[in-house]
Amino acid sequence: MTDDKDVLRDVWFGRIPTCFTLYQDEITEREAEPYYLLLPRISYLTLVTDKVKKHFQKVMRQDDFTEIWFEYEGTPLKWHYPIGLLFDLHASNTALPWNITVHFKNFPEKDLLHCPSKDVIEAHFMACVKEADALKHKSQVINEMQKKDHKQLWMGLQNDKFDQFWAINRKLMECPPEDSGFRYIPFRLYQVTTERPFIQKLFRPVAADGQLNTLGDLLKEVCPAAVTPEDGEKKNQVMIHGIEPMLETPVQWLSEHMSYPDNFLHISIIPQPTD
Amino acid sequence: MANSLLWAVDIFGRVYTLSTAGQYWELCKDRQLEFKRVSAVKQCCWGIACDHQVYAYVFSSDVPIRYQEETYENQRWNPVGGFCEKLMPSDRWQWSDVSGLKHQQLDSFTLPSPHWEWESDWYVDENIGGEPTEKGGWTYAIDFPATYAKDKKWNSCVRRRRWIRYRRYKSRDIWAKITSHDDPKQLPDPFSDISVGGWEITDEPVGRLSVWAVSLQGRVWYREDICHQNPEGSLWSLIATPGEAVQISCGPYDLLWATLWEGQAIVREGIDRNNPQGLSWTIVEPPSSENGILHVSVGVNVVWAVTKDRKVWFRRGVNSHNPRGTSWIEMVGEMMMVNVGLNDQVWGICCDNRAVYFRQGVTPSELSGKMWKAIVAGRESDSSQTSSSTSLLSAGCFFSDDIREQTNSIIHGDADVSSDTESPQLDPHLAEMPRLGAVASTSGNDTGSQPAEVSTKLAADPLDSAPREASCASDDGEKAGLEKPTSTADQGSQPAELQWTNIDLKEALKKPLLSASTFTETSSLSSLGMFSVGDEEHYGADEHPLWAWVSGGGCLVNSHSTLKWFTLQSGLLPSVQSLSLSISPAQTAAWRKQIFQQLSERTKRELENFRHYEQAIEQSVWVKTGTLQWWRSGKPHKWTDVRVALEQFTGNDGIRDSILFIYYMDHEEKKYIHVFLNEVTILVEVLNDAKHSFALYTPERTKQRWPIRLAAATEQEMHDWLALLSMSCCESRQIQGPPSHQAIWSVTCKGDVFVSEPSPELEAAPHLMPCDQMFWRQIGGHLRLIECNCRGIVWGIGYDHTAWVYTGGYGGGFIQGLASSADNIYMQSDVKCVYIYENQRWNPVTGYSSRGLPTDRYMWSDVSGLQECTKVNTKPPSPQWSWVSDWYIDFNVSGGTDREGWQYAADFPASYHGHKTMKDFVRRRRWARKCKIITNGPWLEVPPITLWDITIIPSSATSEEPIALWAVSDKGDVLCRLGVTLQDPAGTSWLHVGTDQPFVSVSIGACHQVWAVARDGSTFYRGSVSPKKPAGDCWYHIPSPPKQKLKQVSVGRTSVLAVDKNGNLWYRQGITPSYPQGSNWDHVSNNIRKVSVGPLDQVWVIADKVQGSRSLSCGTVCHRTGVQPLEPKGLSWDYGIGGGWEHITVRGNATESPKAALHETSEEYSAKAPAVETEEHGGKGDHSKGMLLVNEGQELDGNAVSC
Repeated sequence: MTDDKDVLRDVWFGRIPTCFTLYQDEITEREAEPYYLLLPRISYLTLVTDKVKKHFQKVMRQDDFTEIWFEYEGTPLKWHYPIGLLFDLHASNTALPWNITVHFKNFPEKDLLHCPSKDVIEAHFMACVKEADALKHKSQVINEMQKKDHKQLWMGLQNDKFDQFWAINRKLMECPPEDSGFRYIPFRLYQVTTERPFIQKLFRPVAADGQLNTLGDLLKEVCPAAVTPEDGEKKNQVMIHGIEPMLETPVQWLSEHMSYPDNFLHISIIPQPTD
Repeated sequence: MANSLLWAVDIFGRVYTLSTAGQYWELCKDRQLEFKRVSAVKQCCWGIACDHQVYAYVFSSDVPIRYQEETYENQRWNPVGGFCEKLMPSDRWQWSDVSGLKHQQLDSFTLPSPHWEWESDWYVDENIGGEPTEKGGWTYAIDFPATYAKDKKWNSCVRRRRWIRYRRYKSRDIWAKITSHDDPKQLPDPFSDISVGGWEITDEPVGRLSVWAVSLQGRVWYREDICHQNPEGSLWSLIATPGEAVQISCGPYDLLWATLWEGQAIVREGIDRNNPQGLSWTIVEPPSSENGILHVSVGVNVVWAVTKDRKVWFRRGVNSHNPRGTSWIEMVGEMMMVNVGLNDQVWGICCDNRAVYFRQGVTPSELSGKMWKAIVAGRESDSSQTSSSTSLLSAGCFFSDDIREQTNSIIHGDADVSSDTESPQLDPHLAEMPRLGAVASTSGNDTGSQPAEVSTKLAADPLDSAPREASCASDDGEKAGLEKPTSTADQGSQPAELQWTNIDLKEALKKPLLSASTFTETSSLSSLGMFSVGDEEHYGADEHPLWAWVSGGGCLVNSHSTLKWFTLQSGLLPSVQSLSLSISPAQTAAWRKQIFQQLSERTKRELENFRHYEQAIEQSVWVKTGTLQWWRSGKPHKWTDVRVALEQFTGNDGIRDSILFIYYMDHEEKKYIHVFLNEVTILVEVLNDAKHSFALYTPERTKQRWPIRLAAATEQEMHDWLALLSMSCCESRQIQGPPSHQAIWSVTCKGDVFVSEPSPELEAAPHLMPCDQMFWRQIGGHLRLIECNCRGIVWGIGYDHTAWVYTGGYGGGFIQGLASSADNIYMQSDVKCVYIYENQRWNPVTGYSSRGLPTDRYMWSDVSGLQECTKVNTKPPSPQWSWVSDWYIDFNVSGGTDREGWQYAADFPASYHGHKTMKDFVRRRRWARKCKIITNGPWLEVPPITLWDITIIPSSATSEEPIALWAVSDKGDVLCRLGVTLQDPAGTSWLHVGTDQPFVSVSIGACHQVWAVARDGSTFYRGSVSPKKPAGDCWYHIPSPPKQKLKQVSVGRTSVLAVDKNGNLWYRQGITPSYPQGSNWDHVSNNIRKVSVGPLDQVWVIADKVQGSRSLSCGTVCHRTGVQPLEPKGLSWDYGIGGGWEHITVRGNATESPKAALHETSEEYSAKAPAVETEEHGGKGDHSKGMLLVNEGQELDGNAVSC
């Protein structure tokens, strides 16, 4: 029995086994053991790494224990990207667990935003949700919600409460029955190979001729380079939540079922592994 | 919602229908005739064709229209020949009706019209009062007239038997000419208008209609005796009118208006159940004296009219008590005609472009609606044609003068008008336009395609007096048109043939005259539609049909309907858009499969080897708190404000559990009770007008018959709590998704649907799971009855008898969001009646009056008399329901009523009878009011036949084989559904199975054994039913248990159990494969309301009264324990959820118990159980075994759902 609801659960309960190792240059009082954790794909690094912080705090001098930041194979990891996106973008097709290096010194000001408290994450998260609803429903749904509903979305994410979150998020994912989809699909397209952090454009779920737009249509319009030509060799993987949906998948369905909690579809385009 | 049809006639007389679900006008199947007028209702459409004859188009249905003819054969005994045909001279005829007064021989019966056929030859009815008689069907008596018995005695001197023969109405889906048997002299002259309505004047008999017609002489006729069994009616009776009528309109209920030549409207008063023709007319003046009323159309509470200047008017203040209304309100728009349909919705034909317009926004609170919206649906034939239409407007402007001149000339110069046919645009085919007799005459002689009759009559028409008068007045052109009708009105004595051509003239004249009078340009446009562009070929290709008449009397549109009439869509065939249960392509699409597959691969890859890793987010306890009211379990029982908290925590295994705390104050002391949600067996919404409350049962609470009852301040708050609690319950039991095929379904008396997943232990001894431990979850929808089988096919019947098929979804109702499936949930509605009683006592001064004795019940009360229920203070059952009718007197009461609905008795409370006797000092009558609920759930309607009972074969051998499904319609017809498969659980069509009387219950067993119960309590077995012969061959009458009349039957694998009208449960003994009828009925239990026998022969019932430790419950689910192959009657009852349950079906549960266990326990049970039972119920006579214990004195208010 497969139901579309199951996709929501699978997406929500996606976990990435991660090994946190302290950067070699960090000064410690004792040797720092690596720390193993299952990270929720849909959450944010700085939201779920309290345990990591505590673990390394124990071995460090109080003075050196400043703002924590993470890096993978030389790339600083942006906390404001969902964890699943970071993994898909930088570490897919590598062996698990995911080895993340923990830093305290030398905060890379030009690459990362500061995250002094969870309020900042909440503000960022809610800004994304609002932006997404502006695209989907001209902000009508989010504006009709009460403050406590907004809070429930955030608390649902923070406490990993699927039901709590979806009790509210469901309203954001509805579209009026007379329309066959959202106004625009909130999506962001990420590529490691370019300087540009991501591509975001206005894209409608339904084409002018009434046909549902597919993932393939979206790529053709937004990032033609990522599309494999008819006869050419597949050069890129198009990945959402660690899977490669078929290009025939309607974007409206993807948006309803495979968006991150911030209501955006975060699509990674990564080079096809050569092996 | 079933689709219904809007009927319309275009200017060529072609009849079209437009479905509420469709986008295209479809040409009527029977295209032989052209029509002038049509008037439709749900089941048929009446029309006047161009030959001025009346035709009725009765829709075909899977259920035939049958009429039973009967006659009695009477015999007297004499010593010589025994019983013989020789009767005494004083006796009745040898062949007579039931009273013996009327001589009726078998060959004296003839078919009433060519539209009927005989179903079979005459045969003897061998069923008397539910009992089979001995062969020959004779019943005996001492003498005529007397009471007849089926047994012959020594003193039986006379005997009689009943012969029956059925005739069947065969002219369905075609226009059947209404032939008249009336005296030729009395024959109505040709008709010019017709209107059908009046079906709501009375509930019974179903199918009764009022058909009113206006003849060309302006007389009004009423068609007698139209009912379901006689769709043609019998004869026309003349209804006297104060003037000459032109047009008539009859609403669904008692509203009837007609228009007069003089421009006034007349309103019929005194129409009611006993007098559907009404008593008298009153006159309503038109809005303004210079523009009389041309056309009127009425609904239940509305009247719309069009005046001669084409203005549309709405009549304010119309209702049953004041059918005249109070005043006219002018509406926007100019219409040729308007028509009020079901739900008081309104359609009109616009003057400018002859398009059909629909009045949007008509609701019970705003009957006049908001705006006119054009219906732009194309015709089927149009879809391929693209030729652009010539600009009507410019054409109209250009030709308008010519037309006026020409038509005026018809008024002035009478006979020779053909010379006026100069305009090249006027095509001879014009004559085919039905209502344009005048123009037709201009060209009538040149055209061969015109019906000969029309042209000759027109040519023969002298037209002398009318045109002369008209031309006298014609120096004032404006007056001509208005006076012309008057002049004709004076000629009532003219021969009919002449008259009707006159009427056509008038019709045609009126329009041009109007264009000449009030406004010149615009209204001539309307006539343009009829005259100037008359080329049929041209119109055939035109995108825009021109309409002459519309009828919405059979078209059901309500605020929830989504109509596709207002946008032109291309490409899709109408059939594609109909809802279908088959799996939609999206669900099977490859992309979807791949996502499911990849996600599970991803989870495996990323999680499988790392489960020992710590979770980043610790699962915390989540608490929802709130304030509710709680029905105190201790004395005093009352609603108390409480704080409640639901604590939800997740175990290490990921399974959630929750505890509900209820904090309350008891004598200044803080106390609380708590419930583990994994122990909760059911959450039931208890809606009444006072509280938004729900009940929560655990096994313990079920035993006590005393649930925890909580109430919220608002419906929304209650639904939030219910949704959360039910989700928590399902989670802790790890139940999600749709119910399994084995599921047990039940329905409460509030129409709520519950489903339970049976565990294998439910039917498997020795460790039988008590049925109070069953967990029930709610499924959206509102039903009266539900039946299923073990292949997952589920059907339900609503209170309004609508049939529904389960779509495979779950959730709906208040269960929204994640606990509900996204697909397969549809809107569902149901209608039921609320009843109150008007009570009166007789006193010597004033007779019966509403002044009772001080000790009497309320003069307006519920059925018990304990509760005061007035018309004003009685509310719908819950806020989900809304009234859809006004209060009306209900004549459908057991015991019968008099003509005003009263039932008489010696005193309250007593048994009531339908006629007044000397000893009766009190009387009562029942008032009913319909209310409607709109909800949603995993159900799709199976139109169009409404049902009373249904049964599905518990299992079938192969999956390809169609699944046997039988039903009884609400009229009592037995039906067999064809084409029911797993892919198409709704099936395709009904096969009618003939019976001699109406039925009430049917059940089919695992081996195609079909048993059924008739309304008179007799029981039948259907022979030779098999997959190859789904309807079987004949009925075998089974004698009822002694002195009992059965009302319901259920057949399992081999067991047959039945419930009688006194609540006894009977088991059919002696059934063997070679003798499937069995030998006799064996008593099992009393106090039973309904029984469901499953595919394992398990027996479940709804018991009437069950004693709990704290309260008594009515309508309780009970399970028969100890049912074994050798002990099919079982031993005792196990009590489950209740009260307030109405129906249960266990026919899906075929989870077989292991054989060994069965054998072992049968001994254990037979040893133990009877001992226990005798201990409990000793001294209750020989029926005590497994009897339901009753203690009347107990309080009932603990029950969640009271019956």
